Amino acid sequence: MDIHEYQAKQLLADYGVKIAAGGLAYSPEDAVQRAREIGGHVWVVKAQIHSGARGKAGGIKICKTHDEVNDAAESLLGKKLVTHQTGPAGKQCLRLYVEAGTDIAKELYFSLLIDRAQERIVMVGSAQGGMEIEELAENNPDAIKKIYIEPAVGLQDFQAREMAFALGLNADLIPQAVKLIQGCYRAMRELDANMVEINPLVITGHDELIALDAKMGFDDNALFRRQKISELRDKTQEDPREMAAADRGLSYVGLDGDIGCMINGAGLAMATMDMIKLAGGEPANFLDVGGGASAERTEKAFRMVLQDKNVKAMLVNIFAGINRCDWIAEGVVHAVKKIDMQVPLVVRLSGTNVEEGRRIIEESGLPIITANTLAEAAEKAVQARNEVVAKAQG
Amino acid sequence: MAIFIDKDTRIIVQGFTGKIGTFHAQEMIDYGSNVVGGITPGKGGQTHLGRPVFNTVKEAVEQAGAEASIVFVPPAYAADSIMEAAEAGIKYCVSITDGIPTQDMMKVKIFLSKFPKEKRMVLTGPNCAGTISPGKSMLGIMPGHIYMPGNVGIVGRSGTLGYEAADQMKALGIGVSTSVGIGGDPINGSSHRDILEKFEQDPETKVVVMIGEIGGPQEVEAGIFAKEHMTKPVVAYIAGLTAPKGRRMGHAGAIISSVGESAAEKVEMLKELGVIIAPTPAAMGETVAKVLATL
Repeated sequence: MDIHEYQAKQLLADYGVKIAAGGLAYSPEDAVQRAREIGGHVWVVKAQIHSGARGKAGGIKICKTHDEVNDAAESLLGKKLVTHQTGPAGKQCLRLYVEAGTDIAKELYFSLLIDRAQERIVMVGSAQGGMEIEELAENNPDAIKKIYIEPAVGLQDFQAREMAFALGLNADLIPQAVKLIQGCYRAMRELDANMVEINPLVITGHDELIALDAKMGFDDNALFRRQKISELRDKTQEDPREMAAADRGLSYVGLDGDIGCMINGAGLAMATMDMIKLAGGEPANFLDVGGGASAERTEKAFRMVLQDKNVKAMLVNIFAGINRCDWIAEGVVHAVKKIDMQVPLVVRLSGTNVEEGRRIIEESGLPIITANTLAEAAEKAVQARNEVVAKAQG
Repeated sequence: MAIFIDKDTRIIVQGFTGKIGTFHAQEMIDYGSNVVGGITPGKGGQTHLGRPVFNTVKEAVEQAGAEASIVFVPPAYAADSIMEAAEAGIKYCVSITDGIPTQDMMKVKIFLSKFPKEKRMVLTGPNCAGTISPGKSMLGIMPGHIYMPGNVGIVGRSGTLGYEAADQMKALGIGVSTSVGIGGDPINGSSHRDILEKFEQDPETKVVVMIGEIGGPQEVEAGIFAKEHMTKPVVAYIAGLTAPKGRRMGHAGAIISSVGESAAEKVEMLKELGVIIAPTPAAMGETVAKVLATL
């Protein structure tokens, strides 16, 4: 789960990370009021969306008067910002964070991540902040310092110091840096975060270390024990289809193609999508219906797939293990009868009770195209899709 | 014996009396697995499915000679159950549980690493379908009947895609020595590489099929191991050709977050390492058949 910059900053501030004075705004009036409260002569109005690279997308505006704050807020609120992380659809900005302008002497990069290969938390830093770490890794990998943290004993001060020196900080700033780094690490451990990124981390003209931006990501599997974090979820930043699916215990990811998919198991789902692509089609979605597939659940999954108006054909591929093909076939027949299906349906069943399942589909009298193998299923789905498109074109 | 389990391996079920544990324990018993009891703290002394229930894994090891365990405990408590098994002297543990927090798994891995290697429990999973040595023993939730005994080893992250591979092979008359699910989580008990090492040493295995997916460095690490240390051919398929960067495809670990983690990149690297690539998921069986024909 991702959270907003202002939320990450508030969490990290509780762990001793210094941030600039700031406040949340939902309207231009709010924004001006926040600017008044903060005082000073320069403010930064920042679009709160779940994405990095907001600056490039015009989501961060520096203002020198209250009128400018007002105008910036007006131009950002309600706007869809498109970054390389949001995809072409972009994300809508409904909240703003108004922050005191910071006198930046130098920009640095700092983050904590879970390294899958080492199975531990890694601290990543660079004296060259501001740009995306991916760019830096590509253009100047030697400028990146990595330090692994032994989970049994946690982050030691000497490691934090080593990082601080690698960031090029002078001796006066080392104690501040150690405090900040330790704070980020404790936040990561105590809140079950899987990522803390401060980019840029800045040295101000007054020799202070400040988190100018902050990003945190959390382990969905640990949210059950992090009530406070769960409450930070902003559903406006998430794909409504994916959320609706998650509420129904389904795993759905919307994609750009037009062949709808319903499959059991994440690996088989990805493999089936691969097969569709290799057969010349494009999947409209990833959908893992999981282990139990009752008639009700199958119907929900069908509705989920078919609400995407791009879908021109649908493919069901189920390898029944704990499931039974006859139960699934009944669910499919039930769903097709209940939903007024406008697109061709290809069903491939395999595994436990497969003959019984195929018989139910055949005897239903419904116009369901059946397939015996994975390859055949993908080919038939692509063919059915092509026929729909050809017909539409007359 | 096959890798990890055999028909005599004494198995216990952690989370024995719960609905899921009960269902799968019965399935394993029906398959012929030697289930000698189970654990449900507080229900020790009772009998369930005709087998004793113990309060602790230690009691099951002492009183029933338990050697292997399967964990169905809910995610909040699963890491604790895995560590209990390791401490009690269980040799091989499969964790079926899906949804264990990543930092809990980090703790489990550190806990396991404190044991000297000869006393260290092997863990596979979590979030996997388990392990089966067809005709001998099933320590998992897979449909046992789709696996034919034979000499091809399977290691994979995904349950149903593993079934697909076994099914394609069975249709061609090819059997399986052992199939191991390592699970779809970012941090798992054993890696592809760890399982390849076991198959390399296993006299019953002639060819290994590795079924990987997007995300993480494991498949390529396994490919390097295969190139440097294996005499047996490895066939691989990597799922997720159509997966966009930064989107989680069902499995917690199936996300392309850095360079080298996409399916296309992994396939390229594996090819260079001499791993034989199944060009499509529908060609896993026939690719294995071709390799077997050359041996």
